[in-house]
Amino acid sequence: MLDRAKSTDASPQAGRNADARPVEFRGGGFAPRVGRSAGWIALALVIGFWQLAGSIGWVNALFLPTPSAIARAIYQLAISGALWHHLSYSLMRIGAGWLLGTIAGVIVGFAIGLSSPARGVGITFISALFPIPKIALLPLLILWLGIGEQPKIATIALGVFFSTAISVYSGVDSVPRNLIRMAQSFNVPFHAIVRRVIWPGALPSILAGFRITASIALLLVVSAEMIGAEFGIGAFVLQAGNLMQTDQLLAGVVILSLFGLAIGRLINWLETRLLHWR
Amino acid sequence: MDLIADHISHHFGALEVLDNVSFTVRAGEVVAIVGPSGCGKSTLLSILGGLLRPSAGSAELRGAPPPASLNPLTFVFQDFALLPWCTVEQNVEFPLLHTGLNGNDRRAIVDDTLRRTSLADFRETYPKQLSGGMRQRVGIARALAVRPAILLMDEPLSALDSQTRELLMEDFIRLLADGAMGAVYVTHNLEEAIRIADRIVVLSRRPGRVRETITIPLTRAGRGDIEARGQLLALQTELWSLIREEAIDAEREVQHA
Repeated sequence: MLDRAKSTDASPQAGRNADARPVEFRGGGFAPRVGRSAGWIALALVIGFWQLAGSIGWVNALFLPTPSAIARAIYQLAISGALWHHLSYSLMRIGAGWLLGTIAGVIVGFAIGLSSPARGVGITFISALFPIPKIALLPLLILWLGIGEQPKIATIALGVFFSTAISVYSGVDSVPRNLIRMAQSFNVPFHAIVRRVIWPGALPSILAGFRITASIALLLVVSAEMIGAEFGIGAFVLQAGNLMQTDQLLAGVVILSLFGLAIGRLINWLETRLLHWR
Repeated sequence: MDLIADHISHHFGALEVLDNVSFTVRAGEVVAIVGPSGCGKSTLLSILGGLLRPSAGSAELRGAPPPASLNPLTFVFQDFALLPWCTVEQNVEFPLLHTGLNGNDRRAIVDDTLRRTSLADFRETYPKQLSGGMRQRVGIARALAVRPAILLMDEPLSALDSQTRELLMEDFIRLLADGAMGAVYVTHNLEEAIRIADRIVVLSRRPGRVRETITIPLTRAGRGDIEARGQLLALQTELWSLIREEAIDAEREVQHA
């Protein structure tokens, strides 16, 4: 039988004497928390200060229009229909370019991730071409594809393609090998391993890539529209700048920012839906 | 169905891992493979299960698998290898999806397997929500679902705490009790090997060679008896004496690597 000795000095008071002092707590910090309201309060304070600075004349309205002036400009753009007109052009270019670049990037990324010959060739080409600023190719693309929507869409597609291909093959590489070996040990065919193991395993990296390529598409559409377009948010911002209509210019910037935020939200939603298992 | 390791040698580049390893796992027999760290136990298991091509020799099957078997050689992995995006039920069903069984048959097998492994209440749970022991239970359920002739177990308990190990060891002993299924059980834990195996193959340090094959002179059921304890302890001491010096050398080798 176990001998359970009865403790006689278990009381916290028992061993206490005059020299006793609490152990110093050293485990604080290094765990920042996101306060939901803090960010909004800070934003409201900045906008409030900005409005105040403009209203009492600290800042020239030509150089920095007040938030209320920008809001008015957005409202007027919306009711005149110009906002939707420009936005629809930009959306069409982003949508088509992103979709084309993403489809090609996913196919090439999977090929690089799964096939040795494709990996050898693909990584060399991607390493060589990825660092080129894609907007620099726009004049060449105009030469090849003519003046119209095609060169702008192609510029966006090129920018999206490389980042997508890299995030896809990185995602394929990051799928734990033990899961693939497990599937092989059950004689699961190649295509089913790709569909049921590699695709879902690579999805976190692919979605993270989408977040980056959405920003790239936004950046490239504005640049391309500034270089050679009559309509689109980029063309509108450039036009407003040339005419010193800084309230309109910043209205365009705010719209771009809202558009970026909306895409971010969409990707967050996708991640919540598709990666709930994490 | 017998599984034969026939003069298997293997090297990774210049590193020789296995040297001329031969033994047979007879139908329904449980063979444990023990040896010092890095002696090629897991490599040998991968070769036996067809996941790695040996540099020389071969792994062979003799005799027909049981008629209902969907995957005669089935692994139970040390790290469980569960699909984190699938529920318990989907993980167990995974190997059945490509066997030509229809949905109803698959469901019946999954239901039966989950019941046998006490997982029926966890079918909608994701792996991240389970403890290590429960995850390995899912790994075992997935292996049982394909009705294997021989289970290939690669240190299946080594990632678990001691109490969970004890519980799962009891499950293994129960599952293997009727002799319908054989197993190759790779472990560095001599006590586990003695509890579960009919025979123990002792490998030397790298490159692994068969140093000794020890037959356990007691039935698996009889090993729980008090009277058997002394005999088992003596066996464990004998095994340890076989491995000890080489385990020390292997550890030094790893430290110097």
